[in-house]
Amino acid sequence: MSAPSRQTIRLSVSSRYENIELVLAVVDEALEPLDVDEESAYWMGIALREALTNAIKHGNAQDPEKKVEVALEVGADGIEITVEDEGGGFDPAAVEDPLAPDNLLKTRGRGIFYMRKFMDKIEYDFGAEGGTKVRLHKKFGGPRTGAEGDQGGAE
Amino acid sequence: MKIDKRQRDGATILDLQGKITIGEGDVALREAVHEAVGAGAVNILLNMGRVRTIDSSGVGELIAAYTTVTNRGGKLGLFSLPRRVLGVLQITQLVTVLDIMEDEDEAVASVS
Repeated sequence: MSAPSRQTIRLSVSSRYENIELVLAVVDEALEPLDVDEESAYWMGIALREALTNAIKHGNAQDPEKKVEVALEVGADGIEITVEDEGGGFDPAAVEDPLAPDNLLKTRGRGIFYMRKFMDKIEYDFGAEGGTKVRLHKKFGGPRTGAEGDQGGAE
Repeated sequence: MKIDKRQRDGATILDLQGKITIGEGDVALREAVHEAVGAGAVNILLNMGRVRTIDSSGVGELIAAYTTVTNRGGKLGLFSLPRRVLGVLQITQLVTVLDIMEDEDEAVASVS
């Protein structure tokens, strides 16, 4: 049987945390026929959680009138997920290193770090009239980028 | 997320079940720890064995709980971490800060 062809899925959700689970369920469904290994799917899900959280919490300030647009381009070779909010944007270079000794016990500031660790690549675009767009890329069948790959095994 | 509270050998154990993620599990964890501390708990142990997922907000709540308890002279320990939950803490080097133990017996002994 031939592999399923590449597909595009677009979602528009209001800025509520409960919609994170909705988007993740759609991604799970999209990945289901592609035989993506469970480990990769799990870490990708964590990265997507963080992207959606940032869009809802920081970008749209949990304003339910503001939308988070999600686009999935998924095929047998990999996935690109775009998450876009209506916020004012931010400077990625100003995000502090959560591994710095002074930051280890901070209660926030790890989301982008997790996204970078668990995906192959992330990119930001900022609209001229506002809005932050983050693109998450992951190739299937490549080296693992989950926590185990960086730490030599968690068990 | 579901949280049950019990006592063993002077320690307050919170059995966590579900996801410690933004908007639900993180709030439940915060409330459970504050309630336990308010009721006089000094040493609190979090049974992580049935935690399926944790995100950065959940990690933030673990740190907040650690700070709350240690600032009052108590200890906060975690035990029975599933491999992936442990991985999330390892990758941000929090295993060097939080007291993480293999199982409940070890955790209880550490605060007795």
